[in-house]
Amino acid sequence: MNRSFHKSQTLRFYDCSAVEVKSKFGAEFRRFSLDRHKPGKFEDFYQLVVHTHHLSNTEVTIGYADVYGDLLPINNDDNFCKAVSSANPLLRVFIQKREEADHYSFGAGTLSRKKKVLVTLRDEGLRRRAHLDIGLPHDFRPVSSIIDVDILPETHRRVRLYRHGCEKPLGFYIRDGTSVRVTPHGLEKVPGIFISRMVPGGLAESTGLLAVNDEVLEVNGIEVAGKTLDQVTDMMIANSHNLIVTVKPTNQRNNIVRSSRTSGSSGQSTDSAASYHSLPAPHVLQNFHPDEMESDEEADIVIEGALGPPHIPKTQAAPPGSLSRANGTSLAHRLHRDLALHGSGREGNGSIHRLLSSLKPDPRQSLVLPQGGVEEHGPAITL
Amino acid sequence: MMKFRFRRQGADPQREKLKQELFAFHKTVEHGFPNQPSALAFDPELRIMALGTRSGAVKIYGAPGVEFTGLHRDTATVTQMHFLPGQGRLLTLLDDSSLHLWEIVHHNGCAHLEEALSFQPPSRLGFDGVSAPSSLSRVTVVLLVAAGNTAALGTEGGSIFFLDVTMLTLLEGQTLSPDEVLRSVPDDYRCGKALGPVESLQGHPRDPAKILIGYSRGLLVIWNRAAQCVDHVFLGNQQLESLCWGRDGSTIVSSHSDGSYAVWSLDTSSSLTPQPTMATTPYGPFPCKAINKILWRNCESGSHFIIFSGGMPRASYGDRHCVSVLRAETLVTLDFTSRIIDFFTVHSTRPEDSFDDPQALAVLLEEELVVLDLQAPGWPAVPAPYLAPLHSSAITCSAHVANVPAKLWARIVSAGEQQSPQPASGASNWPITGGRNLAQEPSQRGLLLTGHEDGTVRFWDASGVALRPLYKLSTAGLFQTECEHADSLAQAAEDDWPPFRKVGCFDPYSDDPRLGVQKVALCKYTAQMVVAGTAGQVLVLELSDVPAEKAVSVASMDLLQDREGFTWKGHERLSPRTGPLPWPAGFQPRVLVQCLPPAAVTAVTLQAEWSLVAFGTSHGFGLFDYQRKAPVLARCTLHPNDSLAMEGPLSRVKSLKKSLRQSFRRIRKSRVSGKKRVANANSKLQEANAQLAEQACPHDVETTPVQRRIEPRSADDSLSGVVRCLCFADTFLRDAAHHGPTMWAGTNSGSVFAYALEVPAATSGGEKRPERAVEAVLGKEVQLMHRAPVVAIAVLDGRGRPLPEPYEASRDLAQAPDMQGGHAVLIASEEQFKVFTLPKVSAKTKFKLTAHEGCRVRKVALATFASVACEDYAETCLACLTNLGDVHVFSVPGLRPQVHYSCIRKEDISGIASCVFTRHGQGFYLISPSEFERFSLSARNITEPLCSLDIAWPRDGSQASQRLQESPKLSQANGTPSIMLAPQSHDGSPNPAHCKGADTPEPPEATLSPMSIDSATSADTTLDTTGDVTVEDVKDFLGSSEESERNLRNLAEDEARAHAILIK
Repeated sequence: MNRSFHKSQTLRFYDCSAVEVKSKFGAEFRRFSLDRHKPGKFEDFYQLVVHTHHLSNTEVTIGYADVYGDLLPINNDDNFCKAVSSANPLLRVFIQKREEADHYSFGAGTLSRKKKVLVTLRDEGLRRRAHLDIGLPHDFRPVSSIIDVDILPETHRRVRLYRHGCEKPLGFYIRDGTSVRVTPHGLEKVPGIFISRMVPGGLAESTGLLAVNDEVLEVNGIEVAGKTLDQVTDMMIANSHNLIVTVKPTNQRNNIVRSSRTSGSSGQSTDSAASYHSLPAPHVLQNFHPDEMESDEEADIVIEGALGPPHIPKTQAAPPGSLSRANGTSLAHRLHRDLALHGSGREGNGSIHRLLSSLKPDPRQSLVLPQGGVEEHGPAITL
Repeated sequence: MMKFRFRRQGADPQREKLKQELFAFHKTVEHGFPNQPSALAFDPELRIMALGTRSGAVKIYGAPGVEFTGLHRDTATVTQMHFLPGQGRLLTLLDDSSLHLWEIVHHNGCAHLEEALSFQPPSRLGFDGVSAPSSLSRVTVVLLVAAGNTAALGTEGGSIFFLDVTMLTLLEGQTLSPDEVLRSVPDDYRCGKALGPVESLQGHPRDPAKILIGYSRGLLVIWNRAAQCVDHVFLGNQQLESLCWGRDGSTIVSSHSDGSYAVWSLDTSSSLTPQPTMATTPYGPFPCKAINKILWRNCESGSHFIIFSGGMPRASYGDRHCVSVLRAETLVTLDFTSRIIDFFTVHSTRPEDSFDDPQALAVLLEEELVVLDLQAPGWPAVPAPYLAPLHSSAITCSAHVANVPAKLWARIVSAGEQQSPQPASGASNWPITGGRNLAQEPSQRGLLLTGHEDGTVRFWDASGVALRPLYKLSTAGLFQTECEHADSLAQAAEDDWPPFRKVGCFDPYSDDPRLGVQKVALCKYTAQMVVAGTAGQVLVLELSDVPAEKAVSVASMDLLQDREGFTWKGHERLSPRTGPLPWPAGFQPRVLVQCLPPAAVTAVTLQAEWSLVAFGTSHGFGLFDYQRKAPVLARCTLHPNDSLAMEGPLSRVKSLKKSLRQSFRRIRKSRVSGKKRVANANSKLQEANAQLAEQACPHDVETTPVQRRIEPRSADDSLSGVVRCLCFADTFLRDAAHHGPTMWAGTNSGSVFAYALEVPAATSGGEKRPERAVEAVLGKEVQLMHRAPVVAIAVLDGRGRPLPEPYEASRDLAQAPDMQGGHAVLIASEEQFKVFTLPKVSAKTKFKLTAHEGCRVRKVALATFASVACEDYAETCLACLTNLGDVHVFSVPGLRPQVHYSCIRKEDISGIASCVFTRHGQGFYLISPSEFERFSLSARNITEPLCSLDIAWPRDGSQASQRLQESPKLSQANGTPSIMLAPQSHDGSPNPAHCKGADTPEPPEATLSPMSIDSATSADTTLDTTGDVTVEDVKDFLGSSEESERNLRNLAEDEARAHAILIK
């Protein structure tokens, strides 16, 4: 069940180009609208916000809640633009006095630390040092990314670890093991390479994209099947400056579900069926753009699997509302998305099949699972 | 950004064809002495000798160049081998009691050894029903009777079975059980005891129906097969070891476990002889060890030879490995350094001769083969033309010199002859002369140099199939070592009884491990060489045809360059002897340079044209001008954080080696055996020891699950300063307009240092350059981003060919390099190959081997591959051996993978470490401490045995159907599977093209140059350049500041441009 469906108001106005903005400062709300296609300059928006809230003499920071409930900053034209264009359909804006604001609470960190956004804003904001301004995306260095989401089976994950100039160790170990493969002849046990240990504080651990017991399938595009542990070790070390590991995560609950071929940027809402009508321009992740590697990407795509199935009904049954959305357990969002996918039928499945068929010419046959297998691993089955 | 690397699918068919003409992988021949020999046989008619090993290999040798190799399918010890005389067939008995029949067959004029039949005795016996307890499961002795058509098998149970050899089937009903024999033995001898296992079976020299049977308990019986009855009984009471007939069949010699032997005469008057005519214990009266084998040979000149092994006094010489040769009053106790496996005499076997007249005695030892000339006075040893004990002292390094000029060759041979004054016609005295060598005289001479642990360098003739020793250079004489005096004293103190004579050259015990040779380099045009050792000694030598007495000038170079905080904890440097020292003809030292700290030399190179020698250790590298005897440059390569380097990493290795050496000494001492059965127990002990040693190390590994850390190399990894390779080149380092001498050094941490050298030019016509100092200026420093050890550096000329060796071009022996610019440097690291342009170092092409294949580069060499199809077409390629034992070939400078073969088992670390490539696409690696396997990657340049043998025996058609799978050389003798990927088309007729390709020095200019081929399809070589952010850190020291600035600025741009060019 999706809350958006009940917001008939917004749905009714969906097609028009106005974006509904709900701005909140402390306990005060203000509502206004912006043109979706021509949002204007950030500077004007700032003035507008300050004016609407009558805060002319105070420095404020402006944040908005993105589709996953993460509090993200609006401090330049780019992210303002993004915020407006991704508003779906409502743009929720939060205003803070600058001296109270905690810049750390923005961005991906909010998610990986599993902090509730609003709590962070209110309680921790003062305790934190507030030196850093969230600058333009190029001030940040990518550390890791998930790539090739559109061409890999959903059960696999291709992780790129960036190590240039970084003092952090890669920080993981691999071992021999056996894995079970689905073959035309049934299940077969084959030797495999697995991640055996993560070094605390290492790059691999800090990304959260790799976990102990994940099976390593490829290193920089080269299959590891048939290679010894030492060979795989050498390959990884040889590629350590730009290591791309394809793994089959041991925890299959956090898989990326390809409801669409969009990027993991916050530009698209998936908690609304309506999103299908507002697909942003298809964005192929293969073509990595550093400015999209920012705060939001990894947080957006990787959904941590701390929550188990028992929570699902609860989350679903929770009264809809901005608070619960802001608290946004990731699972709930994914659920929405899955429901959307399976509910609205054709297109999602069609895309999987299209993907599968596009995988066919790929020589890495072992990666190709039977079609059923792909769906089986989808979280929809667990419901 | 994921790239997909699809294998090239539609490869260029023309290129594929060319590849087939250029490359082919063969393991051709094994040089050296078979590891762990276990059996010996000799065919007096064909004059060929067979050796069996504990790994189940069978090797047959005849005249030099005549070699056959076979391998039993099961890895089991060959315990006995018997030739079917004159037939070229060999019956082998393995320790699993299976019998195998091998035969030498001719295909297209060339002979090969093939397994024809095998016979596994039924494990549960009772096929004759008569002798229920008797079992064929343990065959103790084999005797071929009736001209080799029947074999008698003596068993542990005492029964004798008969076998039809042509079919390898048991002849049922002929089995002779001990009960049958006991019936003809007097009751008082019988005493209700069993006769024991059959210890010896000997055929009557004249009457094929009669067999002499010796039982372990001592009873000797002559059995008449024709009459199926006992002819004669000798009531021996001493435990029997071996038997031998006299030539005329009237005398029998038996040897016993108490160290005695007895002579029995065949008295025809009675069928029972109770006492021997003579019994003696040669090394008595104190308890002696058993005489394992005895031979009795008579001579026309009167008196006879008695040759026996063992029998030494147990207490005083029980640990010696001795063969005694006794003739009349002359007794010589041959004292060997390793265990005696077996021995035979080469003597007349023609029935019309009434005397044996032994010509030679061949003794097979665990580690070498010794042949004595029994007709020359003093019974001197005959130098073997093959089966050279490569490991007489452990091999520590090796190098191959191709195309040795005839002049240098003759000088080395003559120095070798002066060194060991053998009768010049040594080869003609060699008694094993069977077969004909069909291989052509090698068109070029190849020299294999092996450096040894005892400080010697041995020069081997590696031109042909038989690896022949030429010359031995010892560097130990230059240094003072501790042990040498003790040894000579011990020798002098020895009694003259028994009359020991040291024979053989196997001596695995090094006086001082610091003497060990680590690196060798030889300039074949100036006959200068450099030998570098474990204690940082770098010795420059020059060949001299006359002995000389001279002092050697000594210099030392501090490679640490006053780095603070390092203390060397390894061995001391060697102290050289002072004053004039006598030097025999041969290589005589000129200069000794000692590195400080005295760590083992890890790289060395010689430039005779400039009189420069460069060397590196784990601490740094140095450049020395040996004409002026002055150091030019020393550079420390240590990373400040690398403390381990100072611990003396090699000292740890040394201590391991030391403890090994000690334990071997202990084993040697504890060898108290002489008995065959006990010897078995002994070998079991050894095996157990070996197992124990093996278990000791990986024990703790097994308790924790094996996991590998994934971490990029960092600058402060230990041993990052080890200098891995050095090279000299005349190339463009300063600018694109002027070339000049340069020196390149690569380290373990992926650093490359390039120095521009200022070498005073030689005056025209003069060999020597003027006495001015050589200067070295650091030109470039390249840090490979991936920090993998730099394995090799080579400079390529404008046409992409490696620069010729010094003097090669100036003496018109090679095409002059293209000095019109466009030079490039090929840097091979453990992980990737990369070609950089010169003088501005920017990446041109590369191949990331480890990233693609997961293997690391161990050895690389640039080799010329000549085409089989086109006489004068050749390509220079990069041959590479990986840590997985695979050999890859890459084009140069395109670095496109051409072919790859699996060559060495990846577990065989010492084999991989010992590999050396030749300039013409062959290679050598150690398959055991004593054997080099030779392989060729070239389709044209192949060195393999081609020989024929004149054999005549009736073949019946029924055999052909039973023929086992014929695969003579499918597996290598020591059990390493080799894969023959290419069709063995050359196997047949001795192709005149073989070995011929070697002497075509360089392809003429008109041929299609490899460069053009590469550039045509270079797109896929660089398939992964996108996203590769390994921009090397290049420091330019030579260029003007403006230029270097520009360089830096252009770096990224360059990289991009390079890609753009390559990707097209």
